[in-house]
Amino acid sequence: MNRGHRHGAGSGCLGTMEVKSKFGAEFRRFSLERSKPGKFEEFYGLLQHVHKIPNVDVLVGYADIHGDLLPINNDDNYHKAVSTANPLLRIFIQKKEEADYSAFGTDTLIKKKNVLTNVLRPDNHRKKPHIVISLPQDFRPVSSIIDVDILPETHRRVRLYKYGTEKPLGFYIRDGASVRVTPHGLEKVPGIFISRLVPGGLAQSTGLLAVNDEVLEVNGIEVSGKSLDQVTDMMIANSRNLIITVRPANQRNNVVRNSRTSGSSGQSTDTSLPSCAPPPEPSLEPGEDDSDEEEDIVIEDSGEPRQIPRAAPSAESLQSLSQVELSFEYGQNGFIPANEVSLPPVAGGAHTEFETRAPDQKLLEEDGTVITL
Amino acid sequence: MMKFRFRRQGADPQREKLKQELFAFHKTVEHGFPNQPSALAFDPELRIMAIGTRSGAVKIYGAPGVEFTGLHRDAATVTQMHFLPGQGRVLTLLDDDSLHLWEIVHHDGCAHLEEALHFQAPSRPGFDGASGLPSLAHITVVLLVAVGDMAALGTEGGSIFFLDVPTLTLLEGQTLGPDEVLRSVPDDYRCGKALGPVESLQGHLRDPTKILIGYSRGLLVIWNQAARCAERIFLGNQLESVCWERSGHTVVSSHSDGSYAIWAADTGDSPTVQPTVATTPYGPFPCKAINKVLWRSCASGEHFVIFSGGMPRASYGDRHCVSVLQAETLVTLDFTSRVIDFFTVHSTRPEDEFDEPQALAVLLEEELVVLDLQTPGWPAVPAPYLAPLHSSAITCSAHVANVPAKLWARIVSAGEQQSPQPASGASSWPITGGRNLAQEPSQRGLLLTGHEDGTVRFWDASGVALRPLYKLSTAGLFQTDCEHADSLAQAAEDDWPPFRKVGCFDPYSDDPRLGVQKVALCKYTAQMVVAGTAGQVLVLELSDTPAEQAVGVASLDLLQDREGFTWKGHERLSPRLGPLPWPAGFQPRALIQCLPPAAVTAVTLHAEWGLVAFGTSHGFGLFDYLRRSPVLARCTLHPSDSLAMEGPLSRVKSLKKSLRQSFRRIRKSRASGKKRMVTGSKLQEANAQLAEQAGPQDVEVTPVQRRIEPRSADDSLSGVVRCLYFADTFLRDAAHHGPTMWAGTNSGSVFAYALEVPAAVAGGEKRPERAVEAVLGKEVQLMHRAPVVAIAVLDGRGRPLPEPYEASRDLAQAPDMQGGHAVLIASEEQFKVFTLPKVSAKTKFKLTAHEGCRVRKVALATFASVACEDYAETCLACLTNLGDVHVFSVPGLRPQVHYACIRKEDISGIASCVFTRHGQGFYLISPSEFERFSLSARNITEPLCSLDVRWPRDATRVSHRSRESPKLSQANGTPGIILAPQSRDGSPDPICKEADTLEPPEAMLSPMSIDSATSADTTLDTTGDMTVEDVKDFLGSSEESEKNLRNLSEEEARACAILIK
Repeated sequence: MNRGHRHGAGSGCLGTMEVKSKFGAEFRRFSLERSKPGKFEEFYGLLQHVHKIPNVDVLVGYADIHGDLLPINNDDNYHKAVSTANPLLRIFIQKKEEADYSAFGTDTLIKKKNVLTNVLRPDNHRKKPHIVISLPQDFRPVSSIIDVDILPETHRRVRLYKYGTEKPLGFYIRDGASVRVTPHGLEKVPGIFISRLVPGGLAQSTGLLAVNDEVLEVNGIEVSGKSLDQVTDMMIANSRNLIITVRPANQRNNVVRNSRTSGSSGQSTDTSLPSCAPPPEPSLEPGEDDSDEEEDIVIEDSGEPRQIPRAAPSAESLQSLSQVELSFEYGQNGFIPANEVSLPPVAGGAHTEFETRAPDQKLLEEDGTVITL
Repeated sequence: MMKFRFRRQGADPQREKLKQELFAFHKTVEHGFPNQPSALAFDPELRIMAIGTRSGAVKIYGAPGVEFTGLHRDAATVTQMHFLPGQGRVLTLLDDDSLHLWEIVHHDGCAHLEEALHFQAPSRPGFDGASGLPSLAHITVVLLVAVGDMAALGTEGGSIFFLDVPTLTLLEGQTLGPDEVLRSVPDDYRCGKALGPVESLQGHLRDPTKILIGYSRGLLVIWNQAARCAERIFLGNQLESVCWERSGHTVVSSHSDGSYAIWAADTGDSPTVQPTVATTPYGPFPCKAINKVLWRSCASGEHFVIFSGGMPRASYGDRHCVSVLQAETLVTLDFTSRVIDFFTVHSTRPEDEFDEPQALAVLLEEELVVLDLQTPGWPAVPAPYLAPLHSSAITCSAHVANVPAKLWARIVSAGEQQSPQPASGASSWPITGGRNLAQEPSQRGLLLTGHEDGTVRFWDASGVALRPLYKLSTAGLFQTDCEHADSLAQAAEDDWPPFRKVGCFDPYSDDPRLGVQKVALCKYTAQMVVAGTAGQVLVLELSDTPAEQAVGVASLDLLQDREGFTWKGHERLSPRLGPLPWPAGFQPRALIQCLPPAAVTAVTLHAEWGLVAFGTSHGFGLFDYLRRSPVLARCTLHPSDSLAMEGPLSRVKSLKKSLRQSFRRIRKSRASGKKRMVTGSKLQEANAQLAEQAGPQDVEVTPVQRRIEPRSADDSLSGVVRCLYFADTFLRDAAHHGPTMWAGTNSGSVFAYALEVPAAVAGGEKRPERAVEAVLGKEVQLMHRAPVVAIAVLDGRGRPLPEPYEASRDLAQAPDMQGGHAVLIASEEQFKVFTLPKVSAKTKFKLTAHEGCRVRKVALATFASVACEDYAETCLACLTNLGDVHVFSVPGLRPQVHYACIRKEDISGIASCVFTRHGQGFYLISPSEFERFSLSARNITEPLCSLDVRWPRDATRVSHRSRESPKLSQANGTPGIILAPQSRDGSPDPICKEADTLEPPEAMLSPMSIDSATSADTTLDTTGDMTVEDVKDFLGSSEESEKNLRNLSEEEARACAILIK
């Protein structure tokens, strides 16, 4: 990978940093220039050198501030490790052939204190099922329902990730009339609706959209007052990371939230007309979610393609700390915090029951064939 | 994320104030020839002319620069117009039987046209039938009597009503019914039961009580209104028109059988049966009707008889002719479009004994032709305005601002050699009323239009009147199929009738491959590039002397040996080899032919480096025209793109052609119809309007449907090169800048080449004989894959780089080469600024994601402030597919203002839009008219003129002031003609006020300094052709309707479905 450096990421502290590296039963201690950690390749070579294992393929891990064992395998997470290590960077090295992938991960240390001991005592972990966590570049975001906690129950915000799939988005939209509750009573207003799903398309296969769902927003922009053509163009412009807020035609499968007690809690909401008051939706500014947006590819005259990095704004160095945190939440080191449902930043740690649901479960629920009450 | 800190910036009050000083939107003036003219009038006292159109527009023209525009509230056809002589007022009759009185009023020293009164003929059903009283339905003719105080209205029913003009009220009791006339007519003169509709009303020049009434069935009556009796009666054939000779002794009538008759009106007092002369000029075989006849006397005794029509039905029935006959001299003026009306400019003072016509003005469907009747041979007088822009269909346009005086003079002189001005200066343009108050334009603006027949026309776009300067024809360089066909046909039919081809409207192109697709002009070296439909790229240079020379021809294979592609489109043009004579003007220096010969989609010229770059749907090429050697060819085709081989653009072309043909057919069918609207043809009219997409409400009823695909690498036509750009910038490293070339494609790819241009020897224009080299420096693939519309490099201060030669000749501020450069890439969906030489995204604006609109045209323009003399900003102006104009700051890409400019249904208007570098723009509102608009608060080109009118101001008319004239409405697809910028209620439009009054006269002169200071000319893309997407938009409904019907049946009532992949 030829990724660009994240400047400013490690500019918080000065001076050198102590590194304690463990391979098997051996420890090595050395120091690194915190401001100039160099590249991962160099670091890898250094480790091989200090442990005197020049031709052994190893996996490098480190213990982060939470005690999680996280891998170091590229520049990004290497820099991350260097910048967050305080005061000591603890490195764990395993031979690739006897690596225990399950040791890596979040929450491993909080739940079970013995993660590190697993690494320390390699004969222990053999009993456990072998779960392979792939490298960060193999991760991809997937389509999901998002913002469940901030939307009214009658609405659903859906993120369709076309990235990485060969499937078409696979739905049609049409003009139609929608009934709204206004101060003057019920009123018919023009609206945009899902008219058809293409079998095998992303919309159909994820079950996130259904025929006759009314489209309310596209990537945070309300569609009311926009023509079908405009909405179409907006959807195409956002087709790589399309976030649609819909009012599902079938209101039976609405998510029931525990966090907020609403009148219809525990009940199906199929009788309800669209909710009376327009919901206070935090408008999702397009461009806000730049970090997970596609980046243009530039091919230098060397012929090597690379992603275009975002130029660092000049003010960024002052903000480096907050940026570090933000980028951490977005799994800069390759680990998506929750690989099914991406957390909106405002949601913080509000874990809903829904969040942990497996995709196949969700499909069942929303098919309408099996209704869980 | 971090962005929220920067988000709220728009509400800064200081910025808002600055925006008001910089930006304002006006539609200022319509250039060209009014679309679908329907009526003509001339005021001999004020020497102004009025043209009415089928969409209800009223346009008044005087001296060049004197223009007034008005629009009737109802878009009904203007059927007649009559000036109240000397008063600056005009009475119009619409085909809905309403009369409107327009007047030219002065506000703040400037004249404007406003509607003062209107009169709707009372049509009470049952009233006429029951009581037998004549009804005022279907007004056929209008005559102003008694110096315009009273109007006589002839009707279909044969009655004549009288109307008080100052108040537009019907004068009851004066109505002259057909019965009353019939009573004074002997029995043998009664032509059938009824007299038929009133076909013509003519007043006597000296005796206002006498009216000459012509009834359709053939009865002519000289009616004395005071005595209420018929003075003279003549009986002829079915009548078309009558004309009263100024002395009143002679009456001329024209008839539907193609004859005209001359009657003596002063001999005896008995009814006259036989005319003194009756001739069928183009007989003896059946002839078409003579629609209008004029009799003009001369002191020499040889009077003029001028009439339209009357051609032999079988042989020349389809010709549009006006015949001018004086003594033995007969000339049949043969026009290419239908004759609407004509008038002569002659003396109208009652004390003069003779008419002494000076000029004949003929209004045709597509142009106005004025002939000088005092010069032997009656030569045509070149019109200073009303130029038929569409004499051949416009295929592209470009604007060049700040043309150096030297080049301007050379172009003007080349144009004069092309069409020598008439020797006699006195009798030049006869319509000279009013005074142009506008300042002499501070800078010269040149509008170039490329046409279907391979010509490029140069127009003076500096002021209100768009004046033709020079015409460049590229057809002479090529061998075309139908050469000489015209001249042969011309020679064969010279004998009788004595046809003379007049006018320049010629919609039929010899060879569609000649069509001009792109034009670029270097205003400092007078070199230009003209690129056409068959992949021809022509480099020309202005020469003041005629020359005979051979043109070097080179061809460049853009496919670059790609396997498996076969071009199925048109063949390339075959150039004529050997020395060819070239008149003074732009003479070709080099011809490059692209292979395959697809239409050129982008072209750019760098005269300083001697390079021309061009692109088609297959790739792009770079050519060194100094050494006449190709530098680079690059194929941009995607391997799976098969459509590109079928000549897709020629398909678009043919679609355009077929559209145009169907319009022509509509027009033809209209032309062949009766000249007056009868109820039966209403449907036809409605159909025609439907075909022209008259109302936006129609469009909303039928849902727009379009199948859409996500943009992917293997979309068809992804290889079309959309823009090309030269810049001296940092491409490879931050230490060395040098010549670069940029190309953007339909699929969001940008290729940047570093060029090795051998430096010119100091002082010498010639480069050393070393080849130019091009090395691919960078390739950017925009992930959203939208077509790249424009590319521009910004210097260290964020300003666009100047044009070639501007910096080196000290004509512009040198670009800042110290700070880091940046490249602005505008795609159809987003604008992005990337740093250079390391390409990383700096700022961006995702327009489509925000607004749901796509970018059609983009230009960098300099906006000067109205408040501060030397403050100006460079901004990005863009036109979207919805017809809105947006302005963004550069390089911050913050939205500044946006205005609705063009109706979104008007795809040809949107496709034709071109921005100038000072915040103005042009777009076609009809095939023949450019609307000029202004985004700048400072740089506004609008008519400022005055007219000396004398009004018999009486109290009555003040009290009858009718409603405000409509401010924003639609004229033939022209939204928003502002009739009266300063409304009469004393609360003028604040923006207009600002522009007109706050701006001191010095300020009007000062843009020169601003312009030269920041003169980075960056009209990035000036295409006037339709893109495939335009056509997709247009075709959407019809193409998808079938599919949609299926959807309907399959899925009940889903009106419209769009696939989103």
